[in-house]
Amino acid sequence: MNALAALGEILVFIGTFFYFLSALGLIRMPDVYNRMQTSTKSATLGSLGVMIGVGIWALGEDFGSVAWLTKTIVISVFLLLTNPISAHTLIRAAYKSGIPLWEGSVMDKYREHIEAKAKEAETVGAPESETPEEGGEE
Amino acid sequence: MIGVNIYLALIAIATFLSMYRVFRGPTTVDRLVAVDIMTTITAGLMVLFALYYKRMIFLDVALVYAVLAFGGVIAFARYLEGGL
Repeated sequence: MNALAALGEILVFIGTFFYFLSALGLIRMPDVYNRMQTSTKSATLGSLGVMIGVGIWALGEDFGSVAWLTKTIVISVFLLLTNPISAHTLIRAAYKSGIPLWEGSVMDKYREHIEAKAKEAETVGAPESETPEEGGEE
Repeated sequence: MIGVNIYLALIAIATFLSMYRVFRGPTTVDRLVAVDIMTTITAGLMVLFALYYKRMIFLDVALVYAVLAFGGVIAFARYLEGGL
């Protein structure tokens, strides 16, 4: 009973420490892509630690039951699924609205992907644009 | 319940550092990233409050808050992308 509370307290401490690290990465990193990278990862891990830690900690207290652990696991699984989705969507919006990369960045895979896709669309789209013209001539 | 002040202090420091980025951020997406991190931290804070006040209803509040924050961030990102 007491060991469960101690284990949960350690997990909560690790989680809040990762919250602090994510906010530190938010103000230390040079551009928006690096900021999103560091903060989202460590905030997700911190949420996992805090929530599962609270569930285990409540098992060790006298008011707690298994429903605490179940609900916290549901919340943490939801956050684990949706945090990367929101980060991905936000950072794609940032890239498409034209925010430049940091000048120390050496690689831009997404632009290469977009350019390759545009080139592929040109080569595929050329014969497609010919066929309606032929149809129009007939 | 020994070190709960330490956890609340760490969460407060993290929230203040995020608020620095919200007020100071050069672009809109910087502010939005900081708000996203702050909503994640607030969900964790609600779960801690549920333990501190021994009320299980705060866990439901945290779940609904996480769902609504996710929807809001998705809507803002679609708006920035020009699709909304």
